[in-house]
Amino acid sequence: MLANQIGYFSLILGLFFSLFLSGVSIRNFYDNNKKIDQKVLALSFLQFFFVVISFLGLIFSFINSDFGNETVFNNSHTTKPLFYKISGTWGNHEGSLLLWLLVLTLFIFLFLLKSNEQPKKYRILTLLFQQVIIIGFFLFILKTSNPFNYLFPIPEEGLGLNPILQDPALAIHPPILYLGYVGSSIIFSAALSAITQNYISKKWAHHIKKWILVSWICLTLGIMLGSIWAYYELGWGGFWFWDPVENVSLMPWLTLTALLHCILVLEKRLALTSWVVILSITTFTLSMCGTFLVRSGILNSVHTFANDPERGIFILIFLFILVFLSLGIFFFFHKENNKNINRIFWLSKETSILINNWFMMYFLSVILIGTTYPIFLDVISGQKISVGPPFYQKLIVPFLIPFLLFMSLGPKLNWVKSKIENKFELIMLFIISAFLSFFILRKLSSDLLFNTILISSAFYLFFITIKDLFIKKFKNFPQSVAHFGFSLLILSILFNSIFSFEVITNIKVGEKFTFKRGDISFEKIEKNENTNYNSIIGHFKINDNKGKITHLKPELRIYNQPIIVTSEADIKITLFSDTFLVMNTVKGKKYFNIRYQIKAFMVWIWISVLLICLGGLMSLFKKQYEK
Amino acid sequence: MKNNFFYIVVGSFFIFCFIIFYKGLNNSNVYVPNIDNKKSIPVFIANDFFSENKISSEKIFNDKSYYILNIWASWCLPCRKEHSILMRLSKNKSIKLVGLNYRDNLDNAKKFIEELGNPYSQILIDKEGTLAVEFGAYGVPETFIIDKDNKIIKKFIGPLDLELLQEIEIYLK
Amino acid sequence: MKIIKLFLIFFMIINFSQLKSDEKSEELRNQILKNIRCLICQGQSVYDSESDFALSIKLIVKEKIDKGLTEEQIYGFLKEKYGDWVLFDPVLSKNTYILWLLPILLFLLGGAIIYKYLIIKKKTKD
Repeated sequence: MLANQIGYFSLILGLFFSLFLSGVSIRNFYDNNKKIDQKVLALSFLQFFFVVISFLGLIFSFINSDFGNETVFNNSHTTKPLFYKISGTWGNHEGSLLLWLLVLTLFIFLFLLKSNEQPKKYRILTLLFQQVIIIGFFLFILKTSNPFNYLFPIPEEGLGLNPILQDPALAIHPPILYLGYVGSSIIFSAALSAITQNYISKKWAHHIKKWILVSWICLTLGIMLGSIWAYYELGWGGFWFWDPVENVSLMPWLTLTALLHCILVLEKRLALTSWVVILSITTFTLSMCGTFLVRSGILNSVHTFANDPERGIFILIFLFILVFLSLGIFFFFHKENNKNINRIFWLSKETSILINNWFMMYFLSVILIGTTYPIFLDVISGQKISVGPPFYQKLIVPFLIPFLLFMSLGPKLNWVKSKIENKFELIMLFIISAFLSFFILRKLSSDLLFNTILISSAFYLFFITIKDLFIKKFKNFPQSVAHFGFSLLILSILFNSIFSFEVITNIKVGEKFTFKRGDISFEKIEKNENTNYNSIIGHFKINDNKGKITHLKPELRIYNQPIIVTSEADIKITLFSDTFLVMNTVKGKKYFNIRYQIKAFMVWIWISVLLICLGGLMSLFKKQYEK
Repeated sequence: MKNNFFYIVVGSFFIFCFIIFYKGLNNSNVYVPNIDNKKSIPVFIANDFFSENKISSEKIFNDKSYYILNIWASWCLPCRKEHSILMRLSKNKSIKLVGLNYRDNLDNAKKFIEELGNPYSQILIDKEGTLAVEFGAYGVPETFIIDKDNKIIKKFIGPLDLELLQEIEIYLK
Repeated sequence: MKIIKLFLIFFMIINFSQLKSDEKSEELRNQILKNIRCLICQGQSVYDSESDFALSIKLIVKEKIDKGLTEEQIYGFLKEKYGDWVLFDPVLSKNTYILWLLPILLFLLGGAIIYKYLIIKKKTKD
């Protein structure tokens, strides 16, 4: 009870301080001091501090299983393990919004702390724009999604958390994802502020670059964690379903990656100024738009939170206020920067970055249109259609070929003007890639030509980045690492989809199922009891034709609150492939349904994303050293 | 001027999106397949529940009267809840209730009927659920109103309640 | 003896081609099932689901493939029963022209903008 009250009043205090902070900063903006008033920094800390206290209030309500708190009641249970009681705090709508506020207030505080060399007015305006978002969220939470509603009489027991959400990867997925997703708010505010102050310059680009990097690294990691969870928890061996919630996290990632590349151009050459601002605004707008699509109930998805149209309307209005605010500011303050346009040649790094952006925006439009089109069609004509994986694959995969090729050659070009050196070497590498791909794919029956070209392009990028890593050594090492990681990602995804294998069958205890590559014996069943679930473990022995034996033990868990049966796959991970087995009951029958998969190169997908993040991290810390 | 025009276009586009999203919020999220044109019932052969003989759809829907097709199963909890409504409906002599036993165990289904009563003039077995697919159903319980020309004029997804019972009775007049 | 051998060979060839066509029909079946939405699941395909609805659909698709229906015809059958949204692949129809063409148009538009941008620069340079 106490934790709840503390949490609630902290939230109100936080709102009070954020309003007070806004007032003080406006005054500070107009006064003649050359520096920001210390009060502003202190108040922004207090704003953050009270949100932290509020968040802790919610966490402790969860830990203490205070079912008087409605959020705890709806999402927790006394038998839940402690770790999941804590992570359950942000695994629901109200708690996750509090997490939004936490990241929003943290980032603006850190921004003020770390931007002492920047102009005062720019810093204050960034703060003010961020405050618009922060106050909006305070109001949203207090009005429609209060995590501290109290129930009388206090229920004895909670409704429990869906067991598939009780998982370590899913526990840390929101915080990390939000650091990226919500963290892009600071880029939004800073860009709006910079444009009003006519501060889009090389100095600004240099300063904002580290915020872009931090947001980008966290977003990449967050998306990867979500995919890893989907892979081993959702039981179909897939890691990306083009589900609306997944798409919604990928869209800001695309604009953020494009922005990351453009900020380099801005930093070195002071070009593409307007486009940088547009990308900065768009990234956070897409985050907000994504929040709207996912939480309002307008879309149907595996991941939806509880749907509530009232919340939807609030977010929608908030979203459009932000959009029109940005549009208005852009309209009034943006200046054509004509000075430097004529200094770019067509064969240069700037151009290759433009091309990168061109493709990124195309991919973005495919995903955005695919995700939102059903809504438009439904409202306008009443027709309901599904837009699933085939749409995205058909439109994105063919364009990967030129994209990979541009990505291989682009970084080789110099700023301003370039000649392509080593033309012979580059062509040879491509021929090698083509032969290698053909050799690997030669037994493929369908789409041999297309897949060969696709894999050749991926291999080409792969070899070129390897060459850069080992020969050029430390010149732009972070970029090579990240690009190498990306080539590895594409290769792993492609090999995974081409060389993976699956059998589905029904099988009884004691039976053996024979298939083309071997056989599976269902040896026995083991039953166990745990704190909040009972489990049935199936012991399977898989014999492949080469004589290798694998033992897999997929599990069925019967949870007590809520009463849900989940299926836990057993996965054996090796560098070359994952062996994946999942077991399900069949209603009314004595046999089980099993899915056995061999997923080629699965672990390399995760390794390559980590490499990409590593590249980003190296870039971030390289800046520190350069100072 | 050209610049201003550009901004007006962009602004209008966003307003358009705003309106669509707003309207989209109010639309139902449960995808219910529409019955715009009245579809004829499928032609099929099924096994009778009690006698396990084969019957064809023509023989079942032969009367030029209204039929109500109700898809149910013994393992389906909402079907239990709506059963009393079906019993009431069965008292209406102007319509015939046809039951479709969906993916069920015959013994359990028979016990269900014994326990709660039989409102159906005829029950068909749909062991694999394929007949339900022919009707465009995807779960239990679902109820269809079939008119005199053997066309489906209304479909209810989920259990019937008193409100829906009244709606059905209006249709039948 | 020779006749028996011939007969055996003939028999094996028939079986082998049956096996191959079984494999092919299995492939086709999986391809179709992956494209059908399981209507009582949240976003899963019928291939990935073992729910009642999915099991019924799997049987129906198998029946129809055995009867010799093409992929198009099977999709047509399902669309007639459940509407367009039962399929994951939005087929190019009057409802979906914009869906498929808009991204391509935007791509071309982007290309045009970049082209103009670079050409202007080249011209002003000269």
